[in-house]
Amino acid sequence: MSPLPLPEIWSYLSREPLLWLTATLVAYLIGDHLSQRAGRNPLVNPVLVAMVLLGGLLWLTGTPYQTYFAGAQFVHFMLGPATVALALPLYANRAQIRRALLPMLAALLAGSVTAIVSALWIARALGIDGPVWLSLAPKSTTAPVAIGIAEQVGGLPTLTAALVILTGIIGAVIVTPLMRLMRIRDWRARGFAVGVAAHGIGTARAFQVNDTAGAFAGIGMGLNALLTAILAPYVVSLML
Amino acid sequence: MILAVAILLVCQLIGETLARGLGLPVPGPVLGMALLLVGCLLLPGLAARVMPTAQGVLAHLSLLFVPAGVGVISHLDVLGGSGPALLLVLVASTALALVVGVLTFVLVARVTGDEGAQAPEKPLQ
Repeated sequence: MSPLPLPEIWSYLSREPLLWLTATLVAYLIGDHLSQRAGRNPLVNPVLVAMVLLGGLLWLTGTPYQTYFAGAQFVHFMLGPATVALALPLYANRAQIRRALLPMLAALLAGSVTAIVSALWIARALGIDGPVWLSLAPKSTTAPVAIGIAEQVGGLPTLTAALVILTGIIGAVIVTPLMRLMRIRDWRARGFAVGVAAHGIGTARAFQVNDTAGAFAGIGMGLNALLTAILAPYVVSLML
Repeated sequence: MILAVAILLVCQLIGETLARGLGLPVPGPVLGMALLLVGCLLLPGLAARVMPTAQGVLAHLSLLFVPAGVGVISHLDVLGGSGPALLLVLVASTALALVVGVLTFVLVARVTGDEGAQAPEKPLQ
């Protein structure tokens, strides 16, 4: 086989999953490395670093997101099994969780209602209305549930997906400084609150900081998926 | 490890089937998580089998959000003209939800006489 000129190699690589799958892993490794170098400073969030790097690379090479996703979907697919895997930290911490049932249920209700009502209320105060306003209601819950709710209440599913991811990143970035400021030392409370407010990305951050926080974040995320699905359409109808 | 992956996938598969078949408002993987938890409670041997793989996957949970995150970066235009206002809403509302959630937890834990894990914060690795 004779050597191919560079543009042809590129046109081959840009059609195959290999390139963008590799790029996703490398970008994450860079993000994770920088995050470690920064002493796990919450501002240097590995997801944020990786998505900025890859976003820039797609823009520079003029690659459409669909092409990128054809490679990255293998990583994306693992979200499902990873969610199932959250059962194991739950199992390992079952005694602690059983003891904390009451605080968990109270924090779930309070956190979930606050996430929905405050988003809708602040958005209205800022003059946001229509389908964009409706898309904000499920922003704190995990993406598949949020998209379903957005369709149900008349929001824009694509916008909702973006708002959900941004909420997760914001939660993961602000949770540690906020909790330090409030002098909250209870890992269960910290983890649970971030799981409710910032779903899986918040949970990923919690696992970085403390295993107990991670386990409680996982339950917070799972329970809030259920509660937001029930509450969000109701709250929206009350605030319309 | 293959066994552990198969167990995770089977739970997800049952979860997806139940969620869709019964029209439940919970995503399949979350049902799968509940199922695996019940499985571990009934058969403690199951937990030991799946634990190492689960820990491996969860240690890099952040990685799995990168493809969706890149989607947001490349579709920032869906935020439209109200982008800055929307960001302000997300920051304020997420901070409020965190504060209310954590305070409720700590308060109710104190009322029910359970001060919980007041472990000193370990230096973040």
